[in-house]
Amino acid sequence: MRVLDDSKRAKTGAARYRPGVLKYAQMGYWNPDYSPSPTDVLALFRITPQEGVEPEEAAAAVAGESSTATWTVVWTDRLTACDRYRAKAYRVEPVPGSPGQYFAYIAYDLDLFEPGSIANLSASVIGNVFGFKPLKALRLEDMRFPTAYVKTFAGPPTGIVVERERLDKFGRPLLGATVKPKLGLSGKNYGRVVYEALKGGLDFTKDDENINSQPFMHWRDRFLYCMEAVNRSQAATGEVKGHYLNVTAGTMEDMYERAEFAKELGSVVVMIDLVIGYTAIQSMSRWARRNDTILHLHRAGHSTYTRQKTHGVSFRVISKWMRLAGVDHIHAGTVVGKLEGDPNSVQGFYNVLREGRNPQDLQRGIFFEQDWAGLNGVLPVASGGIHAGQMHQLLHYLGEDVVLQFGGGTIGHPMGIAAGATANRVALEAMVLARNEGRDIWNEGPQILAAAAKDCAPLKAALDVWGEVTFNYASTDTPDFVPTPAVA
Amino acid sequence: MRLTQGTFSFLPDLTDAQIASQIEYCLGNGWAVSVEYTDDPHPRNTYWEMFGHPMFDIRDAAGVMSEVTACRKTFPGHYIKVNAFDSTRGRESLRLSFIVGRPAIEPGFGLVRQEGPGRSVRYTTRAYATERPEGERY
Repeated sequence: MRVLDDSKRAKTGAARYRPGVLKYAQMGYWNPDYSPSPTDVLALFRITPQEGVEPEEAAAAVAGESSTATWTVVWTDRLTACDRYRAKAYRVEPVPGSPGQYFAYIAYDLDLFEPGSIANLSASVIGNVFGFKPLKALRLEDMRFPTAYVKTFAGPPTGIVVERERLDKFGRPLLGATVKPKLGLSGKNYGRVVYEALKGGLDFTKDDENINSQPFMHWRDRFLYCMEAVNRSQAATGEVKGHYLNVTAGTMEDMYERAEFAKELGSVVVMIDLVIGYTAIQSMSRWARRNDTILHLHRAGHSTYTRQKTHGVSFRVISKWMRLAGVDHIHAGTVVGKLEGDPNSVQGFYNVLREGRNPQDLQRGIFFEQDWAGLNGVLPVASGGIHAGQMHQLLHYLGEDVVLQFGGGTIGHPMGIAAGATANRVALEAMVLARNEGRDIWNEGPQILAAAAKDCAPLKAALDVWGEVTFNYASTDTPDFVPTPAVA
Repeated sequence: MRLTQGTFSFLPDLTDAQIASQIEYCLGNGWAVSVEYTDDPHPRNTYWEMFGHPMFDIRDAAGVMSEVTACRKTFPGHYIKVNAFDSTRGRESLRLSFIVGRPAIEPGFGLVRQEGPGRSVRYTTRAYATERPEGERY
């Protein structure tokens, strides 16, 4: 047992419960000797204490305010098994290369959480503590969920494997596109884009996050025209096709009504936005499971709290919550496209979504080992400023189990939407073929694409227009870790 | 029309050398390769006929290629595909599936619409070829 000074040592007996104010560490929320139980929920916070606040006290405050504590001593603690219910900050260490910031590890007893409820989990862990005055900033970086807790969630209703079997599509990333312009098209014109893109070679098309039911296009009209397009393109190609019908609405009643209509029309997939809230997401997940429908989630709004490194919630945590809540698709970054995405961070999100077990992987921002206990995987979606000329990079960074969404890169093609879709599909198949043949696609990618373009005029046109387009900006959300020296 | 099911249908038909190279890749990953054929290419026809069992014990591409050749000889007017099955826990499904034989003429599919209330439509996709009995389609 290490020796702590009085301000950091938990008081015991009557002294602990004398009315008044104690430091959080003195109330027992800092316990460097605590060894987490395999059934504990673990959280890693990045804390930036105010000047003069000890990091251990700040960590204890986070543990306290996210579990049983209030600002003063209350005698009613003594009516409970409070030693057990108190979250324990058990480790604090400086963030490499970021003075004034610390990683705080906190363990929570499993009984603090209602089974199968992301609303309850998040209300506990991020409910109150982010506005706490002794902290300048606070970020939830990662969480570890014990198997006993994971098993209280049904998880993704379809999962990657079953989705592929239903669609009869194997061995390559799936291809999609978001209909553009995202606002203003009438139902009839909107369906035209869907038809051309699917007929040209995409597997999916997609409503955008803010396409719901507006004056220019009522939701019912959109669903009818889109399903005409889906069925026409299926007959034209002999492939299963889908359009993510966004059922996001102002109330659950409206969402259920829209989802039921999508089901009646034979859609294989429906879509929701992250902004509908965790409970609504879990409700739609149950609906999708009952109705054998793939559930696509657009992460609308996430950057307001995931992007800045010092404050908010990491997208890695949102990914874990959404896998538990049960969605089949989630937008998780492109690395090479127009939106924020450090390669290591993005690969960390993808691993969290897809793998059966995540080992600790500090380089990719994964602090805890996580066993998913048989929970289905979520198919990540890469969307935003990607084009056919990046196909080798996309396959290299993101692998096979991913939906690549080329919106502008399909619809903006100089020869038309169907040609844009064909360009993407040919580029993808040529790259997968070459990779499987053992070629070095990272270095030979441009030559592989150029060779494929000899048999495909649309691909040649796509490479001519976009081949050189890149988005090289520094990422803000990068993992902080000290590389372990390689063993020679 | 050209049926575009399978991993590589948007590329020019693969040569035997290219097919062998993909099979090599599958065997290298420890997957079991199988050959299937059909004359009912409906997008929801999950169960093509098996040309024998998955070849769990054949570890060289030449052995698999001889099955592909035999299937083509037996069913020259059918769709033929090569599948690779991965028995790893958590996958236990196909990892690759691509067409290696197709009929000379592919008439494609018609779409039958049954108009319902509220402008809704029930769709039926029908291969023109399947209007004839099995075995007499292509």
